[in-house]
Amino acid sequence: MSPKGRPEGESAPKRVSAEGSPVSPDRKPRLALHGITKVYPSVVANDGISLDVLPGEIHAVLGENGAGKSTLMKVIYGVVKPDAGTIEWEGAIVEIGNPARARRLGIGMVFQHFSLFETLTVAENIALALESSRVGYDLPDRIREVSSRYGLPLEPDRHVHTMSVGERQRVEIVRCLLQNPRLLIMDEPTSVLTPQAVESLFETLETLAHEGVSILYISHKLDEIRALCHRATVLRAGRVTGECDPRQETSASLARMMIGGDLPRPMHREARVGAVRLAIDHLTVPSADPFGTTLNEVSLDVHDGEIVGIAGVSGNGQQELMAVLSGERIVPDASAIRLDDAPIGHENAAERRMRGLAFVPEERLGRGAVPDMSLAENALLTAHRQGMVTRGFVRDDAVRDFAAATIGEFAVKAGGPDAAARSLSGGNLQKYIVGREIRQHPRVLVVSQPTWGVDVGASAQIRQALIDLRDQGVAVLVVSEELDELFEICDRLAVIAQGRLSHAKPVAATNPEEIGQLMAGTFIAEGATSERHFSPAGALGLDPGPGR
Amino acid sequence: MIGLEVRPEPSRLAGWLSPLAAAAATLLIGFVVFSLLGKDPLDAFHAFFVKPIDSVYGVSELLLKASPLMLIATGLAIGYRANVWNIGAEGQLLVGAIAGGGLALAFHDSSSPLLLPAMLAAGALGGMAWAAIPAFLRTRFNANEILVSLMLVYVAGHLLSWLVHGPWRDPEGFNFPQSKLFHDAALLPALILGTRVNVGLLVALAVVAAGYVFIRKSLLGFQMRVAGLAPAAANYAGISSRRTIWIGMLVGGACAGIAGIQEAAGPVGQLLPTLSPGYGFAAIIVAFVGRLHPIGIAFASLLLSLLYLGGESAQLNLGLPSAVTGLFQGTLLFCLLAADVFIHYRLRRARAVVPAQPSEAA
Repeated sequence: MSPKGRPEGESAPKRVSAEGSPVSPDRKPRLALHGITKVYPSVVANDGISLDVLPGEIHAVLGENGAGKSTLMKVIYGVVKPDAGTIEWEGAIVEIGNPARARRLGIGMVFQHFSLFETLTVAENIALALESSRVGYDLPDRIREVSSRYGLPLEPDRHVHTMSVGERQRVEIVRCLLQNPRLLIMDEPTSVLTPQAVESLFETLETLAHEGVSILYISHKLDEIRALCHRATVLRAGRVTGECDPRQETSASLARMMIGGDLPRPMHREARVGAVRLAIDHLTVPSADPFGTTLNEVSLDVHDGEIVGIAGVSGNGQQELMAVLSGERIVPDASAIRLDDAPIGHENAAERRMRGLAFVPEERLGRGAVPDMSLAENALLTAHRQGMVTRGFVRDDAVRDFAAATIGEFAVKAGGPDAAARSLSGGNLQKYIVGREIRQHPRVLVVSQPTWGVDVGASAQIRQALIDLRDQGVAVLVVSEELDELFEICDRLAVIAQGRLSHAKPVAATNPEEIGQLMAGTFIAEGATSERHFSPAGALGLDPGPGR
Repeated sequence: MIGLEVRPEPSRLAGWLSPLAAAAATLLIGFVVFSLLGKDPLDAFHAFFVKPIDSVYGVSELLLKASPLMLIATGLAIGYRANVWNIGAEGQLLVGAIAGGGLALAFHDSSSPLLLPAMLAAGALGGMAWAAIPAFLRTRFNANEILVSLMLVYVAGHLLSWLVHGPWRDPEGFNFPQSKLFHDAALLPALILGTRVNVGLLVALAVVAAGYVFIRKSLLGFQMRVAGLAPAAANYAGISSRRTIWIGMLVGGACAGIAGIQEAAGPVGQLLPTLSPGYGFAAIIVAFVGRLHPIGIAFASLLLSLLYLGGESAQLNLGLPSAVTGLFQGTLLFCLLAADVFIHYRLRRARAVVPAQPSEAA
């Protein structure tokens, strides 16, 4: 496809006019992209991408991480200048040099990562983003009006730091809506929401579409796109690989377009649960950060040979819990965390690793690995007790052997042990880090967000590696915001909300709806009681297979 | 339009070329400065860079001044790699000289062969003690080690000054602020007869070699590098940040302290308020010009040493002010930091965005 020529999909675009959608075939596209190309030093992020969005259409842009979705949206929003191609806005060719220009045209964007000041109120945050002519004494009233019209309840005088992630997203959306956008770009909006919050977001988006607002909906979650979107453009490796009506497709057929193959399914055998390996016992940790979360009476047992999952909306104490479990933060009450019944709360990460507790953090670059060091040196980082050091001196050959074996065993795509960690893609680096920890034969593996930002193929490998580890009798604790993932690999599930942890339930005895309600904090009113009397053998006699 | 663009990976070539480019730029600026001062730049360069080392004696002086620089810079580099910013090597040098020199004065009549090693050990301990103050305040109260170590330089200077004006003043020294001359047993033996270069050079080279082994081969050295490159990764791996700070400060302090006593027991031969011509500060430049790598530091120390000698030579031969040495040092560091930009960035002619072409899009 030549970047300058008009691609096939464009000449006869499919006009979708399903029920409830105001799209009619005679409408001119609100936004049309022609041959957008953006080249970065090491990668072609967008390669001749063309797509059009009609008024009132919810148009999905579907693709794996790294497929070029974010770059394309930045081009539309004026953050990134394309190297080639043209943008047509309501029939006229435009050059969108910066986000302010995009907003004046009527393009609004809700970013995946919010840009709100926590110490300011809702109204103050919104006023900061508006042009000064739009800010007046009536701003709080306008916020209330817009938020109630679209089912996004907001209190203008509340401080942002007191709000949940879902509420913060509402602020971002209302901020966009106050500028009367005609095109709204939503970048992975549901990654931070409970299932219930997702439903109400969808209602809002449908209302907006009915009023004629075009919506570009970026996601890699197939179910959501099938439920919400009128049309989908699928990207793979910077190119358009398909355009379809997602309501006519199955998740499998969408996945094939997205990854160019079938989704791998993990093998899941019945759990053979052993004794308690890791015990968290009424763990209470005040937050170090004024806007952090205080862990409150958290109790959980992880047994040999099971995977326990912790679900929850981000910012509810996951990071704090991971830091105290890994030993990156030490807790005053040493016996609140026990490994093989020995108190370890006072030990640092190296001491806990010596006892057999391995940890995979959510940030790969800068925490799980040193970006500027080679993969070999990054093996030395945590695995130096695997015969890599004699009398304080590093045995380079042993380090390289370990790194090379990890690369081979976990199918890491890398230039070899000397490749810098930062040169790897997110998925490959994650495979390397997971592999490095697993190859140290831990007795407990704690994993935070195992497949965050990882492509589908690597995700499947990582999940399989965790399941294999469990089958070898290792105790595995997984924290994730992806409910699908937790239901796929876990034997038991607990939910963290506002720094409290719910009972862990066998996966077969619960469902995403129930977990979603727990994620909203419903269990806290009843009082979070300890789960110490839970009998895993009885509960896990049920089929622990995937919930769906 | 020319712009800077992030390189996909830091350039190793630029890393090696940057000190050379900085040296070249420094020469260029020197050319302009000498011209503005009304001197023939070529004469000035000759006086500055060639004349000081055109004899065996000149080369020996070069090595003499390079020794403390490479010694201190190696110690500092170990800390700097771990983001431990010890700026107070000058003060640690002076306290090392006080501790070792105090020993020499206390055993003034001794001819024991153990005196000299004991003085070196005392010098190292003195430097470490001075460096321990910022290390303690940093680990205990999170006080900024840059400020604390820097301020302690001036405290150390006044301490030395008080000692040689008061209790340690040579009674036969015509009231000059200086201690007694050390006896032979307390002086470092010369390496080449007729020159001032002494066994201190061997100590410095041994420290450079040890520094190389520590940084490149030891687990501890690796962990210190991790602490500097990615503090969160260091915490994740269980590398204690307190230990990193203590080691970084103490190693730097020990090296500076040894350098201090080697000055007192070497070319100076006594304690003076003007014991060091700013070696502790110049070593910071040496450490960075040498890329915090011991071998690079060995070469960079020769360059800075040449700047010291050249400055003196330029004073004598051209009548230029002594400030010209500091000017060259500063210019060199400035150019190096500028040239380092190209390790992570490259020049790129900004490509114009393809303008809108309505005929095609319509």
